[in-house]
Amino acid sequence: MKENFKFFKKGMRDGIPIALGYFAVAFALGIEAKQAGLTAFEALLLAGTTNASAGGYAAFRIIGEGGSYILMAITQLVVNIRYLLMSAALSQKFAPKTSVFKRALVAFDITDEIFGISIAQEGYLNPFYSYGAMIISIPGWAFGAFFGVIMGNVLPESVVTALSVALYGMFLAIIIPPARKDKVIGFLVVISMALSFVFEKLTFLGETVQSFKVIILTVLISLAAAIFFPKEDEENEA
Amino acid sequence: MKHNVYIYILVMAAVIYLIRLLPVTVIRKKITNKTLKSFLYYVPYVTLAVMTFPDIINATSSIWSGALALIIGAVLAYFNLGLFGVAVSSCAVVFISELIIKYLV
Repeated sequence: MKENFKFFKKGMRDGIPIALGYFAVAFALGIEAKQAGLTAFEALLLAGTTNASAGGYAAFRIIGEGGSYILMAITQLVVNIRYLLMSAALSQKFAPKTSVFKRALVAFDITDEIFGISIAQEGYLNPFYSYGAMIISIPGWAFGAFFGVIMGNVLPESVVTALSVALYGMFLAIIIPPARKDKVIGFLVVISMALSFVFEKLTFLGETVQSFKVIILTVLISLAAAIFFPKEDEENEA
Repeated sequence: MKHNVYIYILVMAAVIYLIRLLPVTVIRKKITNKTLKSFLYYVPYVTLAVMTFPDIINATSSIWSGALALIIGAVLAYFNLGLFGVAVSSCAVVFISELIIKYLV
């Protein structure tokens, strides 16, 4: 009990920078939402129940153009399919006895960042750590979108552009420190970025294939890495 | 046909939650297959790296400001500045470098 509270607080602390970064990114997202014709409340609801950045952008495009619900479902499946892999990876991070209910709660906010800090915990993941991070960061994301709709046009273009890289800065902060410790990860980070760049140049693949870029490259590169650099068992690690 | 925003949101939220929910609740046991384990271990780093580049240079007004943000962000992350520090620094780099670019061009 006391232990859980400790982890909850730790998660809240680690959730603060994420919430601030989320606020900035979601603010930019809110500007898109407004252009798509959403009200501030609708943007808040969408952001707060989905916690997805790329998915949000795709959603506002579809809503703005009046696309079908089926298109919305398929697009979200494609754009967010990486969370399927993250969820699978997270399944191994929990102590095997962790209840379905706790897993289901954590699942609600498997975002790139919350997943990143959860997987970076030592040993098994205490779900209360993720709860703490969630309770701080979800409002950051939702209210960022809310204020983006209300105040988006108050901010100069240059500020909005600058804010748009906050997300990538966070990604770097998650992947670079482990890359420093583990040479294989460092190598994979460089290869992944290079192949991602090359993939975008292969325009003959068409837009449909391009929209699967993240999942295609993630599966191919991770699989190759698993075959060539299988991870040695660490008894104490999760 | 007129579409309802709340149904869009419901469809979106349901699809995303199912994607996130299924693996973590269905896979309850420790995976013992070494290749599969290694695969899942590498997934987060690969996926975040793929999403970062070249997207970061496409997100900004000039590819140079984005490239600079990437380099400085990576260096600061290397020295463990943390999520918030790296994110804010990247934004600042873009803001300042684009001011300079605008001034020069």
